[in-house]
Amino acid sequence: MVSYLDFEKPVAELQTRIAELRKATSDEMDLDREISDLEVKVQKLLRDTYAHLTPWQKTQVARHPERPHFHDYISGLCEDFIPLAGDRLFGEDEAIIGGLARIDNQRVMIIGQEKGNDTASRIKHNFGMARPEGYRKAIRLMKMADRFGLPVVSLVDTSGAFPGIDAEERGQAEAIARSTETCLSLGVPLISVIVGEGGSGGAIAIAAANRLLMFEHAIYSVISPEGCASILWRDAGKASDAATAMKLTATDLYGLGIVDRIVLEPVGGAHRDPKSAIAALKTALLQELAFLTPMDQDVLRSMRRKKFLDIGG
Amino acid sequence: MSWLEKVRNKIPFIVKRETPDNLWHRCSSCQTMIFNKDYEENLSVCPKCGFHGRIGSRARFDSLFDEGDYSVLPPPVVQEDPLKFRDTKRYADRLKAARLKSGENDALLNAKGLFGGRQTVIGVQDFSFMGGSMGLAVGSAFVAGVKAAIECRSPYIIFTAAGGARMQEGILSLMQMPRTTAAIAALREAGLPYIVVLTDPTTGGVTASYAMLGDIQIAEPGALIGFAGQRVIESTIREKLPEGFQRAEYLLAHGMIDMVVPRFEMRDRLISLMDYLLPVSEPA
Ligand SMILES: [Zn+2]
Repeated sequence: MVSYLDFEKPVAELQTRIAELRKATSDEMDLDREISDLEVKVQKLLRDTYAHLTPWQKTQVARHPERPHFHDYISGLCEDFIPLAGDRLFGEDEAIIGGLARIDNQRVMIIGQEKGNDTASRIKHNFGMARPEGYRKAIRLMKMADRFGLPVVSLVDTSGAFPGIDAEERGQAEAIARSTETCLSLGVPLISVIVGEGGSGGAIAIAAANRLLMFEHAIYSVISPEGCASILWRDAGKASDAATAMKLTATDLYGLGIVDRIVLEPVGGAHRDPKSAIAALKTALLQELAFLTPMDQDVLRSMRRKKFLDIGG
Repeated sequence: MSWLEKVRNKIPFIVKRETPDNLWHRCSSCQTMIFNKDYEENLSVCPKCGFHGRIGSRARFDSLFDEGDYSVLPPPVVQEDPLKFRDTKRYADRLKAARLKSGENDALLNAKGLFGGRQTVIGVQDFSFMGGSMGLAVGSAFVAGVKAAIECRSPYIIFTAAGGARMQEGILSLMQMPRTTAAIAALREAGLPYIVVLTDPTTGGVTASYAMLGDIQIAEPGALIGFAGQRVIESTIREKLPEGFQRAEYLLAHGMIDMVVPRFEMRDRLISLMDYLLPVSEPA
């Protein structure tokens, strides 16, 4: 059963009606016609609704608990995945998962935040909010990929780096800065995808990439809409206004030249049909890999650096 | 320094003298009342308790360069208000007000001059300009500072102070994190030292990029330095924060910085460090 977002109420009502009709169907009463009419209606309504999502509605879609997460992408994208654990300095942070993988028989290092799908796994993955160990593991894996000539793919899905005493005392800021620095130093392709939420420094730390892909209904911003609203409007209730003002949607960011490619989602968002969403991403990733893999390491490095040096320059 | 800059430097000084409210400064730590003139001559450090107050870019340059002589690099031209952002006020208006108040273009100013006898480029971020926040202008100034340093084979010394990224520039402010980081890579490749002096406060995206990547990391006493804001942390973990949390001395104890250096000793300490990291200086 899909959980509906506020703005999907009309869709939910239609679905309830369809379920009722299904129950009522018997030998004497053939309601197939009514049901299929309603189903067409649902599709149309979803298409219309999702074609005109406001930035705040997109924020809710991007955070939808049933949206595919890192492990879903791994199982849908990769034939093989060998997770690699630990930062070799302090611990293993499961907010960021990484490892060796094959995508259509191409060897890559894949890294990303995992938010978890239920209470137990959300706690285990700290809701996708990494501590310094997570970023230091990412650094370790990126450097390893660089040494062995493996392209790096990063899947970004985090509300942000974890704001906690332990994270601060072990140098959260330094870990993020070094991770960004490592992204920029790589002589192998780095392709990043904003799959859900791209939350601030915790996102850019693994996304200073050659190519940035973004799902149609994902968001990417310098601060959460709620955070922005509570600071600038002094009212967290203005999150919707803040979401609009910050220009955090894929279309906005493509227009600003930050996102290189938008990956379209199935009607009604990736959570309604994770399989198609993941397949769309796979197609896009393979094209990007084919484009970047033949490039010389100095070209990859200087291209990536120039791309960021030129932002606002 | 040109005569024009000299005059310009004096203006806020004169204006301050004219208003009696500004005659005295109250130390925010020990509450002692200090003559403003004495406080400024003491580099905004409380003579009673040693509390390091915030200090503007030009006062900082004055205290650092040989004979207080330097030239301020022209602020880079950037696209203004790229998102046409508006909260309860227009960002364009907030920017205008900040410029009027400070007389500066934005929060990061670079200056070049002799420093211990060597041409040196120093950048100073001013918290009083929109919380020192990093947008296109700060990012561009940082990149320009690095570029100037590479051109004259000088180190780049940056004094950081910022609440974080400039939210009103949205993603473009976030992109200044990798942008400044890419600039540092160029400085490193040129074999030049990159020195960070963290001043109160340095938090958010600035800390999580160029403020933590120095070859040598110095902090001023008591400076607040961290990634997450204290209120955010408190509301996430619902615990009181430990005494001295995210202060310079705490970072020193946790291995995040090399040293804590009082403002009066900063110039001499930086010069001694340069004497180690740079080729022996030729007479200027
Ligand atoms: Zn005092």
